[in-house]
Amino acid sequence: MNSMRTTFRNNLKQYMMLVALVALVIAFQVLTKGVLLKPMNVSNLIFQNAYVVILAVGMLLCILTGGNIDLSVGSVVALVGACAGTFIITWGWNPHLSILLCLGIGILIGMWQGFWIAYMRIPAFIVTLSGMLVFRGLTLIVLNGLTLAPFPPAYLGYSTGYVLDLFPSLELFGVRNTTSLLVGILIAIIYCVTQVVGYLGRKNKGYVVEGVWALIVKMAVTSPAVIWLFYILASYRGIPMVLIIVGIVLLAYSYFTSHTVMGRHLYALGGNEKAARLSGVKTKRLLFLAYVNMAFLAAVAGIVFAARLNSASPQAGQSFELDAIGSCFLGGASAYGGVGTVGGTLIGALFMGVLNNGMSIMGISSNVQQVVKGLVLLVAVAADAISKNKLPFNIPRFGKRGVESQASVES
Amino acid sequence: MTKKLLEMRSITKEFPGVKALDNVNITVNEGEIHAVVGENGAGKSTLMNVLSGVYPYGSYSGDVFFDGQLCRHQGIKDSERLGIVIIHQELALVPYLSIGENMFLGNEQQRRGRIDWHKTHQKAEEYMRIVGLQENPHTLVKDISVGKQQLIEIAKALAKNVRLLILDEPTSSLNESDSKNVLDLLLRLQEQGVTSIIISHKLNEISYCADRITILRDGSTVETLDNQSAEIPEERIVKGMVGREMTERYPARSRKVQDEIALEVKDFTVYHELFPDRKVVDNVSLKLHKGEVVGIYGLIGAGRSELALSIFGQAYGTKASGKIYKDGVLLELNSVPDAIRANIAYVTEDRKGSGLILSNSIVHNITLPRMDFVSQGMRIDKDLERKTADHYRESLDIKTPSVGQLVENLSGGNQQKVLLGKWIFSQPDVLLLDEPTRGVDVGAKYEIYQIINELVEEGKSALFISSELTEILGMCDRIYVMNQGRIIGEFLAEEATQEIIMNRIMQDSKGEIGA
Repeated sequence: MNSMRTTFRNNLKQYMMLVALVALVIAFQVLTKGVLLKPMNVSNLIFQNAYVVILAVGMLLCILTGGNIDLSVGSVVALVGACAGTFIITWGWNPHLSILLCLGIGILIGMWQGFWIAYMRIPAFIVTLSGMLVFRGLTLIVLNGLTLAPFPPAYLGYSTGYVLDLFPSLELFGVRNTTSLLVGILIAIIYCVTQVVGYLGRKNKGYVVEGVWALIVKMAVTSPAVIWLFYILASYRGIPMVLIIVGIVLLAYSYFTSHTVMGRHLYALGGNEKAARLSGVKTKRLLFLAYVNMAFLAAVAGIVFAARLNSASPQAGQSFELDAIGSCFLGGASAYGGVGTVGGTLIGALFMGVLNNGMSIMGISSNVQQVVKGLVLLVAVAADAISKNKLPFNIPRFGKRGVESQASVES
Repeated sequence: MTKKLLEMRSITKEFPGVKALDNVNITVNEGEIHAVVGENGAGKSTLMNVLSGVYPYGSYSGDVFFDGQLCRHQGIKDSERLGIVIIHQELALVPYLSIGENMFLGNEQQRRGRIDWHKTHQKAEEYMRIVGLQENPHTLVKDISVGKQQLIEIAKALAKNVRLLILDEPTSSLNESDSKNVLDLLLRLQEQGVTSIIISHKLNEISYCADRITILRDGSTVETLDNQSAEIPEERIVKGMVGREMTERYPARSRKVQDEIALEVKDFTVYHELFPDRKVVDNVSLKLHKGEVVGIYGLIGAGRSELALSIFGQAYGTKASGKIYKDGVLLELNSVPDAIRANIAYVTEDRKGSGLILSNSIVHNITLPRMDFVSQGMRIDKDLERKTADHYRESLDIKTPSVGQLVENLSGGNQQKVLLGKWIFSQPDVLLLDEPTRGVDVGAKYEIYQIINELVEEGKSALFISSELTEILGMCDRIYVMNQGRIIGEFLAEEATQEIIMNRIMQDSKGEIGA
């Protein structure tokens, strides 16, 4: 019981963000008179935010290493798009091989930046600021300042299409795309089964187990939510291909950060670099890999984004880095490093996405939108700082925190 | 008739759910040195925060009278105006500012908004003379030792026309001679009429300088003892603090030092990380037998931590040379993972700075050095991990509702136990313990000694580094004395006394000057 309470408290920020996200969705659903959750708009939301989520996951790993950010991702997105355009459109190379080559270019870019940051100890802020200029410049050189279009269908198919409907004649529950609905139901079932099996396994081995009710509540909330999402998608044109890419990225990195040794080391590095080093964590290599990974995911996002635009544009990806960084901090990542989750980052990215989309539907000018987004980010991070009491002065009004900081002063 | 300078009456301070102070009374006479002692969490710092205005008037109940007047402090500025100055445990000097700049920070010597640097440095020199410090006021604070920094803090307080000086653990990071220096300074200032309150865990220091001692326990005043007429034995103070008689300060262990050598270091030399021509560890050779606790004593700067760190996979220094044998086998330790795999553990002196990941849970901290013990391939077995952590929570008696608790929410003593647990989990044969009881209270110290005893009774060996000579004498089987990076003496526990060891160091330092 106690352990559950502790876990709950440690993740409070995330639960609060989730509640805020639901509230935001409801608010915009009302304000937009139901347009927000119309099947077509949900599909749009996914296409609009896929690349932000992918970038934000990579950014999270960088931020975890100690509050380091990567300012170059927008430029990397553009450069990778430009390379894809040149290979496929100008030179007529095989789209599939070109995509692999583009991912390789991403990894090389990451190795370049990671080398300076991890091994030469140059602040990430400076290295990636340089990268932001260098890769944007290279994009312009590669494209000669022009936009290349259009891409062949083989390239676009990876991320702009929808999953094929296997049962076109069937219209289960009156949806257009029965396959999507079935996939949703299948995912919900797999989720419940793994939860129950894991629960029973732990119980059999005699480990501390959370209450049965907690398990049931978790399943009763998550499963319908999943099925509902896929129901909406099924009512339009089905599952967007890009959702599969995003899903794989989310699952893989969520597992990586929470269940692997290297993921754990990442949190240790960001929490206290010296202590991590003295505990046998290879800190430099880890920092290096975080940036290699960031550029790799930026390349993935670049390919997805070029497909969405159906062109390689020299202006692509501008200010993407800010969306990605914002999503991480909104999702509870600490600006000092060592704290943050993939789940939280997803929530943060969705929050930004819904905010953008909702305000656009309402016809609010993009100038005002920027002001709102900026303020939301500030408020979220300020709330985090206050709740952590990392303020320069003791504020006794935040009583409960006061006791804890008191305890540490005494020690 | 002595005059009361400070009187705090029935101070009660509550935080939601916790009564940090419960009806505390304390009076401090003009011109005395008043010690406040108590275990971690007894409420000492809270009391001082009430006094100095960190907790503003109204957020606590009870009255504070200073010089006969009721205080209604809204912040530190208010209390400083009355001459109440608090020096915190963590020094608050800015490393990249000069001594003079630091001394008048927030109290600048200015004329119409312009700082008078001439006057600043002149006055800085004046105050440095009072505290017995010979340094150029233009020297940057980062370039002088911690001991001298503490003196600057005191000088800074004097520059504010202090009437009541509060020192929170002033000697916790100082070695014995620097500590004595600070205490003697307090006694000298007392002659000049400065009243001080000193908070300390080091009871010998309190007996040495305090006129009266107030003991706090669980947020209440237990008693105030008079140390002036007759010196109070330390046992008496400890009894008041813990509420029980502590006859044994150091738990006994069944002596089972074996003949086999666990770790042998031969001709070990290490150079400074930033100045590669400065020797930090100079041709050190030492041996650890199985089941033995070997002490390393030396003044701060003698190279003790640097020695331990460089044995631990060259975590410190450059150009390390020399040989390390474990169980008779020559080891090649080039990185920390190498050392951990060779079953060597280094428990750092600085648990917050380089020991624990404060923002992580107890579980994550404990398993960090040997993740491979709780994982298959790259996948962590989270259930096994939790079970392991629970085991250490019970065996080390870490007081927490759950091992999922973040380490930053634990008290100092419990954090230190997590740090020990983390390294015991790594299954070491040799533990390099660097100040393992720093900043923990008497009760927790005793428990840590017991843990160390259990470990060596299992046949492990421990290198015990400490700045407290009594602790070294109480815990170790054999003692090496270090000075200026060299080992200058080796004593068996039976033949060593404080005098012998200190004399050895003094002689060696003298020889240095002579040569």
